[in-house]
Amino acid sequence: MSYASHLRCRECGRQYPLEPLHVCEFCFGPLEIGYDYRALARDLTRGRIEKGPLTVWRYSDLLPCDREQAVDIGAGFTPLLPCRNLGEALGLRQLYIKNDCVNPTWSFKDRVVTVACTKAREFGFDTLACASTGNLANSVAAHAARGGMQALVFIPSDLEQGKVVGAAIYGPTLVAVDGSYDDVNRLCSELADKYPWAFVNINVRPYYAEGSKTLAYEVVEQLGWRAPEHCIVPLASGSLFTKIWKGIKEMAWLGLVDWAHTRMSGAQPQGCSPIVEAWERQSFDIRPVRPNTIAKSLAIGNPADGYYALKVLEHSGGFGVAVTDEEVVDGMKLLAEAEGIFAETAGGVVIAALRRLALDGRIGPDELVVAFITGAGLKTQEAVLDKLVPPLHIEPHVASFEEAMARRQEAVAAGAEARSTWRPGQNQQR
Amino acid sequence: MAKQRVKFTFPTELIRDPVIWRLGKEFEVVTNIRRADVTEDRGWVVLELEGELEEIERGIQWVVEQGVRVDPVPGDILEG
Repeated sequence: MSYASHLRCRECGRQYPLEPLHVCEFCFGPLEIGYDYRALARDLTRGRIEKGPLTVWRYSDLLPCDREQAVDIGAGFTPLLPCRNLGEALGLRQLYIKNDCVNPTWSFKDRVVTVACTKAREFGFDTLACASTGNLANSVAAHAARGGMQALVFIPSDLEQGKVVGAAIYGPTLVAVDGSYDDVNRLCSELADKYPWAFVNINVRPYYAEGSKTLAYEVVEQLGWRAPEHCIVPLASGSLFTKIWKGIKEMAWLGLVDWAHTRMSGAQPQGCSPIVEAWERQSFDIRPVRPNTIAKSLAIGNPADGYYALKVLEHSGGFGVAVTDEEVVDGMKLLAEAEGIFAETAGGVVIAALRRLALDGRIGPDELVVAFITGAGLKTQEAVLDKLVPPLHIEPHVASFEEAMARRQEAVAAGAEARSTWRPGQNQQR
Repeated sequence: MAKQRVKFTFPTELIRDPVIWRLGKEFEVVTNIRRADVTEDRGWVVLELEGELEEIERGIQWVVEQGVRVDPVPGDILEG
C-alpha cells in the first residue's frame, strides 16, 4: 500500500490533497509528495521489502500509488556491479556501478514513468504526454501502450530519425514541433494548461519524480542495507539527484540503515552546466544556458530542480563537476573497455567526473562509491562512431587473417590503434 | 480571459528598469507577482499574467525584446 498522504509546497510549505497539481496556488512553488512517516516507521521492515517483486514496485510503500494497479513493464532492480577493473584504473577500492542501462526501454526514465503512468490512470486520465529528445519519449510511449492509454510525444522537428524509432514503435502520436527548444517548452506548458492530459513532467511531476527514489532504495538494499559514502549522479533537471538523496535519507529516517551521511556529487557536460556553474560561484542562483553538448539527455538549460540540487550539494558536502565532450567520449570508452558496459553519453559524463574526482583526491581510495549510469549507449552511437578502431578486413583464408593480425599488433605497439584508455593491470592514476 | 504562469529572468542591465510596470501599462495584461528574488546585479520574478491570450503573447514578446528571459514556471519541459 502507499503511505503518501498529501502534496506539500517546497517553498511555502502549504499542503494540498493528492491531486494532479504541480505548483502551489499561492507562491507557484513546486509541490512534492508527503508521506505518513510515522506509520511507515511502524510498518516497513527490511523483511517486508525483501518479499516484494524484483522491480521498482518492491518499494511501493514509499511511492505515491499502489502496486496492485501498477502499469509495470519491469522497470528497476537493475544490477549494482562491483567494478574492480575501473576501480583499479581510478585508484578506488570500493567502486560500484548502478547499471540502469538494462531497464525495459534502456534508461532510468522507466522508473519515473511507471509511477507517472500508474498515477495518471488512477486519476482517470486517458492520455499520457511528454516532450522529449529520446529516453523519456521511449518510456512514455512504452508505458502508455502497456497501460492502454493514448500517448502524445512532442519532439523537436530536427530530431534524428534514429531517435524517433525507439518511441514510434509503441504507436504513440508523435508531434514534431518547428522552432527552438525554448519554443517547444513554451508550447508544451500552454498545451498542458489547456488539455486534460497527464503531462508526465508538468501536472503529474510530483508523482513522476518520486520514481527516482527507487535507485537509492535498491543501492542501499544491494549493498546489504548500507548507504554509500559517495554517489556520483548525472545532473539534468536536478530531480534525479535530489530524489536519490531523499531516498537515502528516508532509509535512515525509517531505521532501515544506521548511517546515511552520503556525499552527493553531480556531473554535467561543460556545454550545459548551469547547476555546476552556480555551485562553482557558491551561489544558489541558476543562470539558464543554451545547451551545446553531445550529452543530449543532460541538455536542460533551465533546470527545474537546479536550486534544490544545489542545496543537496551543499548539505551533503559533495562536488559539482563539468566535463568536456572529449572527456565524455573517453568516459564511455573507459567504462566499456574496463567493465563491459556500453553507456550513453550521460554515462560518459559520470565516468569522466568520477575520474576527475579520483585524480583530484576528492574521493578517498577506500570510500564506498556508487556511480549511476542512467542510459544505454546504443541510443547515442554517433558520439563514439568515429572514435573506435575499425574492423580488420581480410580474405577468407588463414594467411590473410594472420597478416592482418600482425599489422594490427604492429599498429598497437606503435600506439596508433591502442585501446586508449585502459588495459588490465594498468593503473591510470597520475 | 486566459492566465499564464511565467518566470522572468533579468540581466544586470535591466534590474533598474520597471519592465513589469510597463508590461501592465502598455498591454491589457494584469501582472500578479507570486515569488521573486532580486539583487543589485540579477533577479528573477515568478508571476501570473491574465488577459486575452493574444494580448498576453504580445506582451511576452515585448518583454523578450527588452532582453528579459521568459520561461514556463516548471523550468525546461523538454527532456532527454
